[in-house]
Amino acid sequence: MEYDYDKLGLKVGLEIHQRLDSHKLFCNCPSNLREDEPHTWIKRRLGISYSELGALDPAARFESLRKRDFLYGIYYDTTCEVEADESPPHPLNEDALRITIMIALMLKMRPVDEVHVMRKIVVDGSNTTGFQRTALVAVGDDNSYIETKWGPVRMATLCLEEESAYIVDSTPEMARYRLDRLGIPLVELATQPDIWHPDQAREAALMLGRILRATGRVQRGIGTIRQDINVSIEGGARQEIKGVQELDLIPEIIRREVQRQLSLLEIREELLSRGVVEKEIDSPIVDVTRLFESSSSKVVKRSLYRGAKVFGIRAKGFKGILGREIQPGRRFGTELADYARVFGGVKGILHGDELPGYGISEEEVTSVRKALSCEEGDSFILVIGDVVSAELTLNSVKERMKYALIGVPNETRKALPDGNTSFMRPMPGSARMYPETDVLPVNTREILREVSGKLPAMPKDIVSSLVSKFGLTEELAWELFDSGRVEIFRRLAEKYKIPSRFFASVLVSLLKSLKREGIPVENITSNNFEEVARYLSEGKLAKEAVPEALAGIATGKYSSIEEFIEGHSLSLDQLDKIIDEALSKLSDKIADRGMGAYGMVMGEVMKIVRGKIDGSIVSKRVKERLEEFIQRS
Amino acid sequence: MPLHYYGKVKKLLESLGIEDYDRVRIEKDGRYYEGILMPRPEILDDEHIIVKLDNGYNIGIHIDGAKVHLVRKGESIKHRELPELRFRSDLPYVPLIVTGGTITSRVDYSTGAVVSHEKPEELLDIVPELADIANIDYVPLLAEFSENLTPDHWAMMARTIQRELEKGAEGVLIAHGTDTMHFTAAALAFMLRDLDKPVVLAGSQRSIDRPSTDAVLNLIAAAKIAAVGPIAESVIVMHGSPHDDYAYAIRGVRARKLHTSRRDAFQSVNEPPLAKITRDKIEILNNRFRRRREGRSEAKLDDAFDSRVSLLYTWPGITEEILESIAEKSNGIVIAGTGLGHTPRWLIPVIKRIIEEGKPVVITSQCLFGRVDLKVYETGRRLLMAGVIPGEDMLPEVALVKLMYALGHAKDLSDVRKIMRTNIAGELGSHLGLDVFPPCWGVRHGV
Ligand SMILES: [Zn+2]
Repeated sequence: MEYDYDKLGLKVGLEIHQRLDSHKLFCNCPSNLREDEPHTWIKRRLGISYSELGALDPAARFESLRKRDFLYGIYYDTTCEVEADESPPHPLNEDALRITIMIALMLKMRPVDEVHVMRKIVVDGSNTTGFQRTALVAVGDDNSYIETKWGPVRMATLCLEEESAYIVDSTPEMARYRLDRLGIPLVELATQPDIWHPDQAREAALMLGRILRATGRVQRGIGTIRQDINVSIEGGARQEIKGVQELDLIPEIIRREVQRQLSLLEIREELLSRGVVEKEIDSPIVDVTRLFESSSSKVVKRSLYRGAKVFGIRAKGFKGILGREIQPGRRFGTELADYARVFGGVKGILHGDELPGYGISEEEVTSVRKALSCEEGDSFILVIGDVVSAELTLNSVKERMKYALIGVPNETRKALPDGNTSFMRPMPGSARMYPETDVLPVNTREILREVSGKLPAMPKDIVSSLVSKFGLTEELAWELFDSGRVEIFRRLAEKYKIPSRFFASVLVSLLKSLKREGIPVENITSNNFEEVARYLSEGKLAKEAVPEALAGIATGKYSSIEEFIEGHSLSLDQLDKIIDEALSKLSDKIADRGMGAYGMVMGEVMKIVRGKIDGSIVSKRVKERLEEFIQRS
Repeated sequence: MPLHYYGKVKKLLESLGIEDYDRVRIEKDGRYYEGILMPRPEILDDEHIIVKLDNGYNIGIHIDGAKVHLVRKGESIKHRELPELRFRSDLPYVPLIVTGGTITSRVDYSTGAVVSHEKPEELLDIVPELADIANIDYVPLLAEFSENLTPDHWAMMARTIQRELEKGAEGVLIAHGTDTMHFTAAALAFMLRDLDKPVVLAGSQRSIDRPSTDAVLNLIAAAKIAAVGPIAESVIVMHGSPHDDYAYAIRGVRARKLHTSRRDAFQSVNEPPLAKITRDKIEILNNRFRRRREGRSEAKLDDAFDSRVSLLYTWPGITEEILESIAEKSNGIVIAGTGLGHTPRWLIPVIKRIIEEGKPVVITSQCLFGRVDLKVYETGRRLLMAGVIPGEDMLPEVALVKLMYALGHAKDLSDVRKIMRTNIAGELGSHLGLDVFPPCWGVRHGV
């Protein structure tokens, strides 16, 4: 079922994060990701002035509630004192700034006269400093927009910022990060909330991603681009959904977010009609451990054995609501469980709408209801753990239940692989920025002068030139663009006489299918492609042999295309010999059909020579030899 | 609010009655920018206005073609609710003498301004752990970057410390910029004699306005040493490693800043640190120190210093004239020589002449680690014959401070020599075990 998004007042804005292909933003370390274990770890804490943030930023206050140790993995060779926060940052990487200004101009945004680097407080440990360095480089106006099928989408801001550290693992007490990723330059391109249809969001993200790639100066591959989606509907609330890496998931995430907000609004109506009021939700936390002393539930038994206790609260008027689905496979109870995990550090909760279950019996449920003084229409929440975490958990769950009476809370949510989202943290306020006094502002005048007039072509212009100049289909041209191999295609297709459509499909579909087979196509160099083009044009490499040749290069079987050809090519003499054998083998049939036997002969010959010589040469030669053969006999 | 702009922009803003933190609206090329006017650092040009937009970002707008309007006057920085400061009779009184540096400042996030703390409550807001260590009170003394401090400032600090100790402090904390903290620590070691309470200097290499500041651990560790530590000397307490889990207490006369920016920039030279301080405990690493005594302090103030002393770092090719011109303006010279304590041979006659004029010349080493030895090579022996005072294992900066002290107490060259050759505060004659040089620290830690 598709909603009437216009009527719902759907508003979506995108924030696209793209890593740039340049050295780190505030030091000279390479922007390389590591696969190996860090050389050593350093342990840090982050602190923050509580009262300062108390009034201003719920997100940072939320983090500061959790006193955690942070461990940072460092690499002596590719990270330095800057990433470890042992030295002030170097000046802003001007190469990265140049790329960012290029992007701004491509989108007709206005670069600011002077770029000021800011510190944005982030105390979840993902930055060793406790803040992310970020700078507003350009702002949009009414001229800076992209035109989608669903209407224009205006650009709001373009920022240049440092990538955060990579999280290795975390517990409520500590988190481990690696510093190889910290400091990689990243542009953050934010649109206005002009998007009003889920499919429009996908289209806009695709178009913007292509424009970023048209600079030729962005990183490619998994994780190098990610989208945050801001979604709201009339009467609901703005959500910031983080970390969407797949474009195709965007519409589904938005649809499901709309569904979630509508469901939450329905729940609100229902609770109000049931007469539930805020102060009734504030029920006391009760230790109900003794009711489970002889429980047959494995989960409960195991936890009690370890010394944990069972605590519960009454959920006034929530019967049937805790179990209500708000997204496919996600219930209102799941939302509460998110809060429990995030704030209480527990694995989850149990609620009345799913019990009896998990080995908990009908009798146990009845006695819990009684202990919590549940009446008809009430439900309850249980949590297993120590006193402190149970209190944190149940208080946060109560807060979330109270908000159900108001509607949809503002949240930062995490995109899940199926298109659902889960609660990550409260939405940050905007007041958590202050100037990075260690980095001088940069005047953009020089860079602007240097860059303007030398902008890269826009994707749609590149594609239409591929179509008109090389006769590619539009679809193939876009695929070639998206593969990032336009430059090499253009160079080789201009230099050598080769069938350009075939060559484009080698660069696009062939590589894609080899990759799907698990062949490491990244080992194929541009020299290899040039060899392919040259030998194709000289007729020394058969089209049919290209897949095998490239696969052989990628897997290291051959060191060059030349080596492949040496082992696979057929001289014309050898070809003639094979044709002659086929002719004598099929002489009866030839006698019958004359030139009509061509197909048969061709088939027989190709069985032997496929991939060793170009099919068109074979066909020409077979025709000639067959004619001679007929004349002779 | 004042206005931190100059030149062209200042003229423009003043004519509009605009000051720092006022809300302004700027029209440029048909687009509007609205936000708060931020002060402009002096080193930047006078052609841009800095505006903090509502999304929190600052941008600089060139004033050419810009129309600036005042939207409304700025609000003063918001008063924050602070944790209440409660006197706990079970905890010792430890004053925090504020001399400057970033350790006692904070950022106002709504305006981005950096402001100084005025009350200990503000520090407790960032380092609440302090409330469980001692009753801490602020004693504002100076607001200087430490590179601007002089021997007069050292004397001011020494007097303040003595007064606080007489008032019953169990130890004294000094918040100090890190650049010259080791000079101050050494000076206090000579000025405050017969100490029987800790005098603890602490600072930060990452300013306290950052969540990653090293000040939190440094202050907790320093407060512990001041409140309950056993060391009755002038010490520096700073990070012991890049980790946030322990700090070292380093004897003031042995401390040297050896890195421009790292948290563990301060290292103990020629002896192990006195103690390692974690969040839970104090572990003694080096037993050779003056012990804390219970009861009222009797620290004697002895601030007779002659600050006309120079420190000369020699180099290959240094000329006689340079040394002569320095000597002319000094009552004594400390030379940081090369290697075992050498100078180029052609300086020796000049040195001899300076000494004959009655001005002491002390020889230390640029190597920092190790002891000078002037008997091994010809040059050294000639320096000895010229009458220099070997600084032994003293750091050049410590020798400088000590020479100020010596000249403050004696005019006669042989008396100065005697003072310089006598250990006063642990600055001289340490046991140079094989574990006191950084590449061998593994030996000490058993790595
Ligand atoms: Zn680096």
